[in-house]
Amino acid sequence: MITLTAWDLALASALVCLSAALTHALRLATAGRLLVASARALVQLLLVGLLLKLLFARADLLWVAAFAGVMLAIAGYETLARQRRPLTGVWGYGIGTLAMFLSSFTVAIVALTAIVEPNPWYTPQYAIPLLGMLLGNTMTGIAIALDRMTQTAFDQRGAIEARLILGQPWREAISDIRADSMRAGMIPTINAMAAAGVVSLPGMMTGQILAGSPPLEAVKYQIVILFLIAVGTIFGTVGAIWGASRRLFDTRERLRLDRLRVPPEGH
Amino acid sequence: MNVTKKSHVPLLTLENLRHEGLEAAALELEAGDIALVSGPSGAGKTRLLRALADLDAHSGDVSLEGRHYLSFKPWDWRRQVGFLPTESHWWRKDAGGHFDTPPQSETLKRLKLDAVILKRPVGQLSSGERQRLALLRLLQNAPKVLLLDEPTGSLDGDSAARVEAEVKRYLKANRAAAIWVSHDEAQVKRLASRRYSMREGKLERQ
Repeated sequence: MITLTAWDLALASALVCLSAALTHALRLATAGRLLVASARALVQLLLVGLLLKLLFARADLLWVAAFAGVMLAIAGYETLARQRRPLTGVWGYGIGTLAMFLSSFTVAIVALTAIVEPNPWYTPQYAIPLLGMLLGNTMTGIAIALDRMTQTAFDQRGAIEARLILGQPWREAISDIRADSMRAGMIPTINAMAAAGVVSLPGMMTGQILAGSPPLEAVKYQIVILFLIAVGTIFGTVGAIWGASRRLFDTRERLRLDRLRVPPEGH
Repeated sequence: MNVTKKSHVPLLTLENLRHEGLEAAALELEAGDIALVSGPSGAGKTRLLRALADLDAHSGDVSLEGRHYLSFKPWDWRRQVGFLPTESHWWRKDAGGHFDTPPQSETLKRLKLDAVILKRPVGQLSSGERQRLALLRLLQNAPKVLLLDEPTGSLDGDSAARVEAEVKRYLKANRAAAIWVSHDEAQVKRLASRRYSMREGKLERQ
């Protein structure tokens, strides 16, 4: 494996500064944001690298679980932040996070104990990156699906209530919106599988090849990961939409848009 | 023949209904009744109908044939107490997709509607056509009580008269009753078997 020196990092950073200068010259007003984002990526990744180094040295189930818990908490917050009209109260954070937990963790545990089978099964070199990829993708799917559902329910209040008025149970009155939102949440994952290897070389596979794995070994891992991500995303999205749509109606099956947060003025 | 005299139960009763500035102390409907509710806009007429259809949370007691609304499944209640909002909403592409069985051509004719419009995209229908179709869509559930929010609001005189006749015909045939919100004094006089006024959220018998 070829290791990178501080000089190599500096060179890549210099290229980012150069492109920042270019966007500034073009008056795109993104130079500042580009630099801040780059700096954040640099610091965050270095910190994570250090943390992982510590974690790998310990390889203790409790530490792995704690690390996974923090990842889940942050993913939950990110899911919430990506919705324009999330549910109020603990539901806004809780439903997305619970759905992510149930889907990603279950899939990760199945993968570790039945497919990859490191010894012990929670070996952090395997468990943490696997969970990270699952969480990252499930998070995107759930956030898109929830955002779509709450926004559509808000926009189509009249149509939903028209269906309730005509005697449809809540499940039926929201069925189209629910299906549409689930679909929206699953599409990025399905597209990623369809484009894998043809349009893009998936990141994990690329990483393994760079680290010296034989391409076919890397490909096998990538296939497993893609399938696991698809399963995790689908379960997570279905669960989140199921829970959140129930919350949009009360026990008398009234549409309760007052249970959605009011977005801040402007976009 | 053995006829036992049952104690009389009104079709719909309402007692002490309250909801966000809305106060309706009492209202009673018998089969065939049309209760006309009038009052300035913003007084709470629509809120009253929404509460009766159990679309908004409210306190108080509403009963249909002596049975409390909470003992109905919510969707069953809404089927029996049918609400017709001022503005109709549609979720399928054409109007016909909203009917289990398409309305009969005679019924359409009575409301001056052509059967062709059932196949047209809803967006291409006039507001008057939508309003009349929304009434037919509601009636296919055979509700016992109709809650009509200005059902002739976007209709010309002739179509309005036809809708009035259709509702009366329905009430008679189904032993049903209606609460009818109207601004039109002539219409109120024409139809009302009971009159109520709504002012600043208060419902009062007149």
